[in-house]
Amino acid sequence: MPTLNMIQAVNDALRLEMRRDRDVVVLGEDVGKFGGVFRATQGLYEEFGADRVIDTPLAESGIVGTAVGMALYGLRPVPEVQFADFIFPAMDQIVNELAKYRYRSGGQFSCPLVIRSPYGGGIRGGHYHSQSPEAHFIHTPGLKVVVPSNPEDAKGLLASAIRDPDPVLFLEPKRVYRAVKGEVPEGEYAVPLGKARVTRAGHEVTVLAWGAMWHEADQAAREAEREGIDCEVLDLRSLQPLDIEAVVASVTKTGRAVIVHEAPRTCGFGAELSALVQERCFLSLEAPVARVTGFDTPFPYTLENEYLPRAPRILRAIREVARY
Amino acid sequence: MRGEVKVDLEARRKANGSAPAAAPAAQSLARASEPPASPTATSGAPPPIPPTPPGEPPIAVEPFPLYRVLDDEGGADPAEVSLEPAELVGLYRWMALNRALDERMTAMQRQGRIGFYIGSLGEEAAILGAARAMEPSDWIFPCYREHGAALMRGMPLVTYVCDLLGNAGDAMLGHQMPCHEAWRPALFASISSPIATQIPQAVGAAWAARIRGDDMVSLAYFGEGATSANDFHTGLNFAGVNRVPVVLLCRNNGWAISVPRERQTASETIAQKAIAYGIRGERVDGNDLLAVYNATRRARARASRGEGPTLVECVTYRLGGHSTSDDPRAYRPAELVDPWLAKDPIPRMRRYLARRGLMGEADERALQESVKEEILRAVKEAEAFPQKPPLETLFRGVYSEPLWQQREQLEELERAIAEDPRVSDPHRGR
Repeated sequence: MPTLNMIQAVNDALRLEMRRDRDVVVLGEDVGKFGGVFRATQGLYEEFGADRVIDTPLAESGIVGTAVGMALYGLRPVPEVQFADFIFPAMDQIVNELAKYRYRSGGQFSCPLVIRSPYGGGIRGGHYHSQSPEAHFIHTPGLKVVVPSNPEDAKGLLASAIRDPDPVLFLEPKRVYRAVKGEVPEGEYAVPLGKARVTRAGHEVTVLAWGAMWHEADQAAREAEREGIDCEVLDLRSLQPLDIEAVVASVTKTGRAVIVHEAPRTCGFGAELSALVQERCFLSLEAPVARVTGFDTPFPYTLENEYLPRAPRILRAIREVARY
Repeated sequence: MRGEVKVDLEARRKANGSAPAAAPAAQSLARASEPPASPTATSGAPPPIPPTPPGEPPIAVEPFPLYRVLDDEGGADPAEVSLEPAELVGLYRWMALNRALDERMTAMQRQGRIGFYIGSLGEEAAILGAARAMEPSDWIFPCYREHGAALMRGMPLVTYVCDLLGNAGDAMLGHQMPCHEAWRPALFASISSPIATQIPQAVGAAWAARIRGDDMVSLAYFGEGATSANDFHTGLNFAGVNRVPVVLLCRNNGWAISVPRERQTASETIAQKAIAYGIRGERVDGNDLLAVYNATRRARARASRGEGPTLVECVTYRLGGHSTSDDPRAYRPAELVDPWLAKDPIPRMRRYLARRGLMGEADERALQESVKEEILRAVKEAEAFPQKPPLETLFRGVYSEPLWQQREQLEELERAIAEDPRVSDPHRGR
């Protein structure tokens, strides 16, 4: 199996899906000849031409709005929003149009498309190149939200997202775009949406994480092991649909949960996970559910390492719930 | 005019030129924890602020003449009329039905039988003339006054009334408030309340058709208020850059709820906005069915030939309120409306048909009778449906298949209703 980084895996998935289905088109700022500012669409313009690899004018509401129209007509557009921080100009098209189209037409129309967007901090990008906006979209019924943490999942999940009949927001952790490499199967394969992966089995503390923060959670679990605390780590991979069975099974077993995300804490997806664990695992819980998250501030530039929920802070939370 | 613009630019250049010299000083001051001085403060005299002369006329552009076919007396140049007599009478009947339907539905709203209504009063020619100019395989991206177009393209009147009632016959499963219909068989896309969002969508659909090699031109309807919205600009810009086969039809009806056209834009016309996007603009008498038809037909033909989009401004007037929730007497004096009552598109078309001998007084009476009868029959049929769609439809269509959340929440709601029926009855729940 070839070893690829996440950008190469995303690129591979796009190329294979475009070969498989002529209706798949990509559009966005700089995605054409230039191949994308992160190189996710490199080589696609040369292989599939300007009709299917489209450089758009600079307007996210237009990128998403036209993609909605394309999907209504029957294409499978994969619009790219260059940074998740720039998705907000497209909020109305995403929240009021894309997410509601099937429902509001009584199922007469649908908009299957995948918005790809690099998200997250740790690249010294300040608050306009670092945000994790997943909670806004999970809170919008009608959207699916997927966040891979490694190249193999990135390729398989993106293939599933493109084939999915519903709109998907595919958030790519740009911090590990090139930093994480792994073996990626050649050819087409699909990782189903809505299935978490238990990346480390354990019986004392469950750690729930996704995207770039899975790597921090995994690191913290390794360090906890050296202190004699046995952690189970789940990479949720898909936040909507959420693999609630996997979460409940793990926390029922361990009785303790630590939830990690880099978005601000208040009303972050960790709040929802915490409520679900409380509702469904109440009699199994041995400690309050802990959240290790970004803070309730805009994403900072200089103090981003302090802001991000990196392994040392996660380890402290693991110790606390284990000792409770 | 041009001279003043030049002076303005020179003043700006002077102001900009002084900025780099001041920048290092500003940085050092910032380090010394003092507020940075503004560039102008460190460069001597502030640049002059160019005055805005009072009453300066709007920037003049090449005029967009108002294209008309029908004169006020119902005369028309035969060379400008391509529709067959039966088609002309048929279109007139759709205008009459649209008008009668709006009157009936407004009355039903006043009686409390439907919750809300938006009519097309005065804009029937713009709506139906444009829709008639499109091919059946073309997509329509409506605003919210174009139900006449949906009906003309095949949406059953009963289904439309069921949509207004939100009952078990509603194609939208009771998911939307009245006047937000969609009808797939007519390629009549779904309506949302936010303004102008359908414009980039219409552009996207037409673009998709071109990618697939289909001869499909989409038609986007919107009002002049929409030309202030982000998505109008974005949609026209995307369409212009990519020469997308789309017809962008603005019903300039003079009012966005209470805000008159001149508070919406400083442009003399809506059509001239096309210039900035590098696309063609046309200005049409929107109360002239035949002119709207011809202009839209031309725009469609150009789009189909690969010549790109056209912004068609239909100059018309909203004779009624914005909706049944609005009383225009609060902001619009009657003397503004009166001249437009004389330009009502329906009598105007009737005069034309009479002059050509296509419709006499007896025909008109029979037509009005049959339209009213059709509406009453549809209302009766629609009101025979159960008042609510099944409970399960509350959760249907959020996703292609319900997720566990929707499944669990339906069960939870069913249990709650079983235990206390007031849960499903708002009056008893209070």
